[in-house]
Amino acid sequence: MSESKLKRVDLIFGEYSNTKYKVLADTLKRRNEDILEDLMESGLKGRGGAGFPTAMKWKLAADAPSDTKYVICNADEGEPGTFKDREILSRVPRKVFSGMAICGKVIGAQKGYIYLRSEYKFLLPELTRELEMFHEHIGKMGFDFPIEIKLGSGAYICGEESALFESMEGFRGEPRNKPPYPTTHGFMGKPTVINNVETFVNVVMIMRLGPVQFKLLGTTDSRGSKVFSVSGDTPIPGIYELELGMPLDRFVEEFGDGDTKAVQVGGASGFCVPRKKFKDTIIGFEGVPTGGSMMLFNSSRSMYNVLHNYLDFFEEESCGQCTPCRVGCQQLRKGIVAVKKGDKKAGYLDQLLKLSESMKITAKCGLGQSVANSFSSIVNNFKEEMIY
Amino acid sequence: MTNEHLIRDLVKKHGRSRVALLPILQGVVDANNFISDSDMVEIAKELDLSAAQVFGTATFYSFLSTEPLGKYVIRVCKTITCDMHGKKQIVQTIEEMLKVKVGETTPNKKFSLLETNCLGWCHEGPAMLINEKPFTGLTPERVHDIISEYISKS
Amino acid sequence: MSKKINLTIDGINVSVDPGTTILDAARKLNIHIPTLCYHEDLCVAGNCRVCVVEQENSRTLPASCATPAAEGMVIHTNSGKVRVARKHIVELLLSEHNADCTKCYKNGNCELQSLASQMLTGDHMFLDLVPDKHYTIDMFNSAIVKDDSRCIRCQRCVRTCEELQSVSALSVAYRGNNMKISTFFEHPLFEVVCTNCGQCVNRCPTGALIERNYVDQVWDAIYDPAKHVVVQTAPAVRIALGEALGMPPGMIVTGKMVTSLKRLGFDAVLDTDFTADLTIIEEGYELVERLKRALVDKDPEVALPMATSCSPAWIKFLEHTYPDLLPNLSTCKSPQQMFGALVKTYYAQKKKLDPKNLVSVSIMPCTAKKFEADRPEMRSSGYKDVDYVLTTRELAIMITQAGMEFDKLPESHFDNIMGMSTGAAVIFGTTGGVMEAAIRTVYEVVTGREVPFESLNITPVRGTEGEVREASLLITGTKPEFKFLEGVELKCVVANGLAYAKKVMQNVKDGNANYHFIEIMACPGGCLGGGGQPIPTNKEIRAKRTQAIYEEDLGMPLRKSHDNPEVQELYRDFLIKPLGHKSHELLHTHYTPRKRY
Ligand SMILES: Cc1cc2nc3c(=O)[nH]c(=O)nc-3n(C[C@H](O)[C@H](O)[C@H](O)COP(=O)(O)O)c2cc1C
Ligand code: SF4
Ligand code: SF4
Ligand code: SF4
Ligand code: SF4
Ligand code: FES
Repeated sequence: MSESKLKRVDLIFGEYSNTKYKVLADTLKRRNEDILEDLMESGLKGRGGAGFPTAMKWKLAADAPSDTKYVICNADEGEPGTFKDREILSRVPRKVFSGMAICGKVIGAQKGYIYLRSEYKFLLPELTRELEMFHEHIGKMGFDFPIEIKLGSGAYICGEESALFESMEGFRGEPRNKPPYPTTHGFMGKPTVINNVETFVNVVMIMRLGPVQFKLLGTTDSRGSKVFSVSGDTPIPGIYELELGMPLDRFVEEFGDGDTKAVQVGGASGFCVPRKKFKDTIIGFEGVPTGGSMMLFNSSRSMYNVLHNYLDFFEEESCGQCTPCRVGCQQLRKGIVAVKKGDKKAGYLDQLLKLSESMKITAKCGLGQSVANSFSSIVNNFKEEMIY
Repeated sequence: MTNEHLIRDLVKKHGRSRVALLPILQGVVDANNFISDSDMVEIAKELDLSAAQVFGTATFYSFLSTEPLGKYVIRVCKTITCDMHGKKQIVQTIEEMLKVKVGETTPNKKFSLLETNCLGWCHEGPAMLINEKPFTGLTPERVHDIISEYISKS
Repeated sequence: MSKKINLTIDGINVSVDPGTTILDAARKLNIHIPTLCYHEDLCVAGNCRVCVVEQENSRTLPASCATPAAEGMVIHTNSGKVRVARKHIVELLLSEHNADCTKCYKNGNCELQSLASQMLTGDHMFLDLVPDKHYTIDMFNSAIVKDDSRCIRCQRCVRTCEELQSVSALSVAYRGNNMKISTFFEHPLFEVVCTNCGQCVNRCPTGALIERNYVDQVWDAIYDPAKHVVVQTAPAVRIALGEALGMPPGMIVTGKMVTSLKRLGFDAVLDTDFTADLTIIEEGYELVERLKRALVDKDPEVALPMATSCSPAWIKFLEHTYPDLLPNLSTCKSPQQMFGALVKTYYAQKKKLDPKNLVSVSIMPCTAKKFEADRPEMRSSGYKDVDYVLTTRELAIMITQAGMEFDKLPESHFDNIMGMSTGAAVIFGTTGGVMEAAIRTVYEVVTGREVPFESLNITPVRGTEGEVREASLLITGTKPEFKFLEGVELKCVVANGLAYAKKVMQNVKDGNANYHFIEIMACPGGCLGGGGQPIPTNKEIRAKRTQAIYEEDLGMPLRKSHDNPEVQELYRDFLIKPLGHKSHELLHTHYTPRKRY
């Protein structure tokens, strides 16, 4: 693809350093304030989807008074259409461990955990071997930072940070009330930094290259690059590291099959962008954010089926504790079926849109709150497909 | 049948606090593919929980079955991209080969066929897991070969 | 004292302590935000979402029960956005719900129903999901019915059973659209560790957990001319019944209650308090006997500390959880069962009635008593000792059915025999009461003197919920036959709520406690907070009931069980002596270990 118009980046999967764990060793010698300042300067935002400024998160946890603190790497990657964390963990695990250890130093944590979804259990032997090596190296650097892998057991909601803590503590993965937030009351009620796999890697690369060079990539609101998981109707599905802040039409030009009618940005809980809006859509925190999932649909696809599939997913993967999400998801799915079958008039879709709006503002956690994203963007943009 | 020894070993390894619950349940599933009611009672005793608490926790997680499953648990991804790229034919092929429907276990207790949500192989869909091993880029032919191989395994 | 937090709710400024929720802040302003999963006795869940409010500059509507007030917050509790969202939420709940109110026991006393009527949810907006659900009803238990089709999954019951009772017979099971409240492997309640305490019933906002009611059976008995129907009323009923009939909490309605029972058509209205006094004599002598065996005979077999056995949920809890400590239970039956056994023997003899024509009904603050009455151990009269147990709530239903204006009823007295009681029996209804009553009697039996407390009020064993109370009493100046107790410091402990009972028993089991006497009541506050008492319940209401009980005690002419003339007569004419042959036959029993799981 020599004529590519999109800037390919080689940060995440690029070389770690010339000697093993050098970035880590160098960073561990630096002062915490300096590390935080570099992070702040870099403008790094979390890569798990919500886009919270990483430096601020670390600072809050660093300032939280407690003898016990934790660093957790969120490798639950369950969002439909996302598979980049698996790739990162299998190709550059050392960067992930290093990022976690740097975080541990900055916030004063004694231990790190990786919460790995059970679907990725096959990575366990290799990761365990790598971890042994890591522990050896970091021991030599005079910083004791054990990292342990905790396995999930098949529950998308456990990617939500507070549900993840519940799961790690041996409970049902039901999200907690917030506030309090993880930075003061996280795992075992202790101050905790939880970041996405990719976020930790970005930290390492910022430490290696410096914030200035990192900032050269992306836009003001979306610094750096992003690993994209590209799937659906594309001749070249796979994992691509691209600059943030690109317009969607350029993306489609490159990855589409020439007949792309819609792109789902950010997975089932993200937004569906129809063809006519490709040009005006920016991929990044200023536009449509994404944890990396980009699913392309061409004109042979029924958007009704796509939405139905997403709603099925949410209905099963909702933890079920709160009313708007547990019952709302059932109503939305059965509602579109009823409209399609003619049991309900087309106008019922408007009721459902209002319901999804209520779910967005009343659900207890991000899952229930984001069902409306795909629901309203698909229903509004493809109303005919919902009815006929 | 209870796995008293297995559970005792798991407790020795993971401890008796609540954080040990999931690793212990996972350990039982690793050994048996499911957690029986007597196993749950045993775990509850060891961890000083009520049996209902163990049951409630186990049933939250898709991979912690409380119903007996076969030796090989096949989980075919049903989420959108795998669905678009021919999941249905994959499931059909397996159903025909094993003579079971989705959700069922073969009479010889060797295979269970399940569907599951996104496995994280969307770019190589359709995908499936057999126990923990992923298989991707499936076609009816490929899946036929894979399953045949498992059938011939002792 | 940390700084106050200032916020604005519906345009009114309010200052609250840090940590106060928006819900509580609003209540301070007399703004009532609707709630469902929230319950004052339990930790905050924040899952029903009906309490959402609008917070300026916030993307979402926070749940007011779960969100602490923050400085400068501007809250609207009734904006257009809030109203739409709330109505949606209630309608969603109803769409999953078998809202067949006219066929529901909670009709007219249901939090979901009143919310629905408030919100004018008449025009059901969403699809009915019930036909696709495979809801089940568990009605195989003597005490409690669990109907999943009426459950809104607020988890109050789960939190109750775990936090207050440390039983966890119920748990949240499955996930997403299949999430439900379940016992272990969805077994019926009678097969699991449920104690029938009914605390979950007290807190369930809907008809999903209710007592199994026997109202019609009792009416049938009353209408049957061949039957002589005797009713007994437990101490805690008379200070709470009014609440279920439109009166404020804390009213003593003994006299009105007796009148209402007579008007309902019971042939004799008698008092469980009578056998409460009797229990004290039997249990007091049993304690002294055990102490003697321990101190004089040095019998290593004797089980000390001895624990009270009046609370059937506590007994079942012990059978499941600490079966090896069952010998520590007093062998005395509960007052209800002593009463039942005596009605069909002693009372029948005295009144020249054929016991087979006697129907014995009890009015209890308790759901576990229904289970107790059904136990095979409870047939020592040769018949079922207690035929039907009604809760305070069921009695209120009967009174309402009969069209009585309860608060306007005249007062009347219990019938005799077995209708007379002392203040010591009245306090059986509160935590610490059995202990206090027992000490009043034991001390006097042993020393010949009254307990050295002002007005006989043994305040060290009195107290509230949420604690384990320890007290000790030095015994001196004993009568010659009780010399072995001279100088003994009687160590007592009192706990209410099974979570606290568990703490005490774990200490006993681990050998970390050297108590002599343990009083346990399974319910928060004692029987006055029982699972059969009027709904709602909270600390404030229970405190008022407690106060009423102590008032009733103070007002009684007799305050010590052994002074009860009818009890004295019972010993003279029938039982002969405490712990005698007849007592053992009728008033004592043994319990059997049950599976922990
Ligand atoms: C339903 C749901 C699922 C989530 N799944 C993931 C996930 O799989 N991986 C992840 O990193 N973050 C996930 N998140 C976001 C996390 O809650 C959290 O914000 C993130 O791990 C923070 O890391 P970051 O700041 O590095 O992005 C999920 C959030 C929700 C609401
Ligand atoms: S929004 Fe859904 S997943 Fe989140 S807490 Fe509510 S029910 Fe659970
Ligand atoms: S639980 Fe309440 S709303 Fe439901 S049927 Fe009963 S009375 Fe009606
Ligand atoms: S009756 Fe008591 S023990 Fe039984 S489920 Fe309810 S709260 Fe738990
Ligand atoms: S049974 Fe009652 S208390 Fe329990 S979750 Fe259902 S509605 Fe709530
Ligand atoms: S009462 Fe606040 S969420 Fe239920």
